[in-house]
Amino acid sequence: MSGFRLPQGGRIDRTRPLAFRYGGRSYAGFAGDTLASALIANGVSVVGRSFKYHRPRGIFAAGPEEPNAIVQLGARPNLKATQVALVDGLEAGPVNCWPGAGFDVGAAAGLLKRFLPAGFYYKTFMWPGWRWWEPMIRRAAGLGRVDPEAAMPDGQRRSLHCDVLVVGGGPAGIAAALAAGAEGARVVLVEQDPQLGGALLAADGAVIDAMPADTWLAAAIATLEARPDTRVLRATVAFGVYDHGLVAAVERERIVWKIRARHTVLATGAIERPIAFENDDLPGVMLAGAARTYLLRWAAAAGRRLLLFANNDDAYRTALAWTSRGLPVAAVVDPRRSPDGPLAEELRAAGVPITAGAVVERALGRRGVTGAVIRHATGGRTKAACDVLAVSGGRDPAVNLFVQGGGTLAWDAAVAAFVPAAGGQGMPAGAAAGAFALGRALADGHAAGAAAANVAAGTVPYAEDDVATPLQPTWYSGRDQSRCWVDRASDVTVADVVLAARESYVSVEHYKRYTTSGMSPDQGKSSAVVALALLGAATGRQPADVGTTRFRAPWDPVPLAALIGQDRGPQLRPVLHLPTHDRHAALGAMIEEYGGWMRPAAYPQGAESLDAAVFREAAAVRAGVGLFDASPLGKIEVRGPDAARFLDRMYVQRLSTLKPGRLRYAVAATEHGIVFDDGVVARLAEDRFLVGTTSGGAGRVFDAFEEWLQCEWVDLAVFVTPVTHQWGVVNVAGPEARALIAAAGTDIDLASAAFPHMTFREGTVAGIPARVSRVSFTGELSYEIAVPARRTAALWDALAAAGPMVPFGVEALMTLRIEKGYIHVGADTDGTTYPADCGFADAVARRNDDFVGRRSMRRPDALRGGRLQLVGLLPEAADATLHAGAHVVAAGGGSDGHVSSACRSPAMGRTIALAMVRDGRARMGEAVTVDDLGKTVAARIVAPVFFDPEGTRLR
Amino acid sequence: MLLIDCPWCGPRDEAEFRCGGEGHIARPDPDTADDATWAAYLFDRDNVKGLGFERWHHRHGCGRWFNVARDTVTHEIRAIYAMTDPKPTGGA
Repeated sequence: MSGFRLPQGGRIDRTRPLAFRYGGRSYAGFAGDTLASALIANGVSVVGRSFKYHRPRGIFAAGPEEPNAIVQLGARPNLKATQVALVDGLEAGPVNCWPGAGFDVGAAAGLLKRFLPAGFYYKTFMWPGWRWWEPMIRRAAGLGRVDPEAAMPDGQRRSLHCDVLVVGGGPAGIAAALAAGAEGARVVLVEQDPQLGGALLAADGAVIDAMPADTWLAAAIATLEARPDTRVLRATVAFGVYDHGLVAAVERERIVWKIRARHTVLATGAIERPIAFENDDLPGVMLAGAARTYLLRWAAAAGRRLLLFANNDDAYRTALAWTSRGLPVAAVVDPRRSPDGPLAEELRAAGVPITAGAVVERALGRRGVTGAVIRHATGGRTKAACDVLAVSGGRDPAVNLFVQGGGTLAWDAAVAAFVPAAGGQGMPAGAAAGAFALGRALADGHAAGAAAANVAAGTVPYAEDDVATPLQPTWYSGRDQSRCWVDRASDVTVADVVLAARESYVSVEHYKRYTTSGMSPDQGKSSAVVALALLGAATGRQPADVGTTRFRAPWDPVPLAALIGQDRGPQLRPVLHLPTHDRHAALGAMIEEYGGWMRPAAYPQGAESLDAAVFREAAAVRAGVGLFDASPLGKIEVRGPDAARFLDRMYVQRLSTLKPGRLRYAVAATEHGIVFDDGVVARLAEDRFLVGTTSGGAGRVFDAFEEWLQCEWVDLAVFVTPVTHQWGVVNVAGPEARALIAAAGTDIDLASAAFPHMTFREGTVAGIPARVSRVSFTGELSYEIAVPARRTAALWDALAAAGPMVPFGVEALMTLRIEKGYIHVGADTDGTTYPADCGFADAVARRNDDFVGRRSMRRPDALRGGRLQLVGLLPEAADATLHAGAHVVAAGGGSDGHVSSACRSPAMGRTIALAMVRDGRARMGEAVTVDDLGKTVAARIVAPVFFDPEGTRLR
Repeated sequence: MLLIDCPWCGPRDEAEFRCGGEGHIARPDPDTADDATWAAYLFDRDNVKGLGFERWHHRHGCGRWFNVARDTVTHEIRAIYAMTDPKPTGGA
């Protein structure tokens, strides 16, 4: 092939030349070019190597169906050159060859071709196993390079709502959008190409409404763009149709649109398909419509001398375009006996010979086509010289989106293609519905648009149809099946199809996977129907009986960056910050994420290790007073005349007996009886509670409350309001807690008699309105002071300035609560833990009325022996290391439970742990062996309260 | 992506909702239900192919629960009704 640029014509801007590089060489193109059209115009014939055999390949198509020209664009692999808009300085290259497309070491694979048939991998690389072979094969066959260092381009996700969505901006789509929006309906028209027009962009001499098609198109676009309620999205690929008519589209590979329309018109056009003949993968063999499009749209001739092999009238337009530009046409080879009609007349008038009843048997040439062997109806053969061999076996409606939306297909013998039959979530129109001729497509689109918008049909755009002789189905015409390509992108030949059929892969889905046909970046857009027709021929079935493989989203590859949108980096999962975040940062805190909150793990001083800091902070709380931002603790207000009854049903502990002003610890279970959450509940008034939840459980406890109230106990008069973020909480813990708060200033009487443990008071602290709970998760005298969230930092500052104190982090809090044997839901409990397993058997037994999960706690599984129960573990060696997750080794081997929490305890001066151990409560004092990350630790089972079991310190 | 017609907010994208599984599951009297009855309540679900009844929660909207009669094959929503309404019969 020796492509070149025509001196004039085309929809390119010759005043804007662009320089670009391909495969390391410099070329020039124009604004309006694609990479493919520019390569053709520069005479580049070999643009890459095939996937499996590394055969030289040229540009075959002009749209998303391109199977050969798969390119690397900077850090982006596997783009189709036909879809890459040319820009100045563009740097691209082929993906599958080394050192270059012209000379490729991997081409040696082509010599082994006869030994690499379909299913070769499955049959050959069995020993010692696929895993062993895979890296080598991947290296040999890989498509493109991903650069892990490359910055990911920005993506976005947006939503769009309209009355009528028209997919496809060709003649049918434009007619549909014009009709739909005529009376003010909200219309969205999406077109995958940067330009509207579809087939009109490469139509020679077409006339619509008595004017040149170009004039009509410009007027139509102007009309659409002048309508305030019509939106045109160019370079936007509708790639998926989902439930209830949701259409997803990606604009300029960057913005993913979720489009909800009342009605959708699918004017997605058609894809031309080839006929398989020998060496039909040579550069220079291309689809007839593509050759015409390059010539007319981009003024890029794919070669000097054309040979057209076609079984349909429409493809004749390619030969007409060629000859009208003064370029020679070697012949038109047509398997039909007597092609006739206006287009055939025109060709003959132009002096182009039509060789009827003949086929191209073989393309000639080594690195590009130089001619063809024509087999005549008589059986005789002649040769013809050409450097571009255009082929057309007909067109297949682009039914992908229609079928994705649930539509079914039928085989239409008149066009030898699958066409939309019934169902679906969009109205197919124009070529997508099998109405290939321009006049029919316009009328079809117009009718669909009017119907979608439910408006009266106005004037239908008119074009005369000039196709006369019906297409003659022709699938392949070579002799040596192993040299006739079906799927160029996956290197599948007719012989592979026949082999698959012989090996009983008769289902089209099995066939596809066995041969990998249709599994490349082009997804078999131009090859799928040829393949299934050949599979049918090999198994004695008609295409209609073979059927198609399932069409799935996406219609065309979508960049992951666009799908990800803004959901990446810190926005992937936004974290919450404490109201006192800055204070902790200033104190040098090591800040970590805990359940979505960024919280201080500890405050290491100087070179202090984390472990040492945790130990120091925990000890300081027991010796003096510590400050801790407990704002993440979940807070839910429960209000109403039935609030107490409701909470009785939600918690293991009875809450209706709680007196206003008092607090009670409570455990919630799921209906399955499993520990779900815990917290401290305050009764603010007869009809008003403030429910505390775990930091991570605030959302799910609220959800559970709502679900029970709305779905089961609809008779209860209760309001539930989450207020976690409205209140900031500072926990003041330690023997000096009272003194510190008093020094900060409060109008609340802190004396134990006036404000005992597990009670609640409202007042001010440091002049800030506060709800103060005397509650302890550390085992020390402890107050949780809740203030309006905005004023938390002021409270912190006032307390920190009121006297000597130590800020402590989450890890020190964990140490303090382990010393006290307080469970941490989700650490000490898991999805199998009943309240009775972790110390609440008495609380459960005390209840004689129903609550969520109670009945499940009496199921045999909950009552059986051998359950894991919460105990303490003391390693024999005081300085032993134990980790949560270490297993208690059973007598006969295996696991007898696991360590659920462990720490180095300053109060006990040794390592301590909580563990869930099989029948643990009956095994107090027993010596056990713990397997901790492969190390054996001797330990003794003890009660799960290590420090101050009488609780004298917190009272 | 389903388009769900929330009785309070109108048609909204599925992403705003949470499916709460099969609807109309009656909670047995916990005092009289035997283990098998209780286990059936906890675990047994119809998982129908065709018309199914579910409850949905407009989690990222009004926060209300409601019932949905949905064809699990076509995803056609045949009815949306209040939590307290009985399961539709007949043509639903």
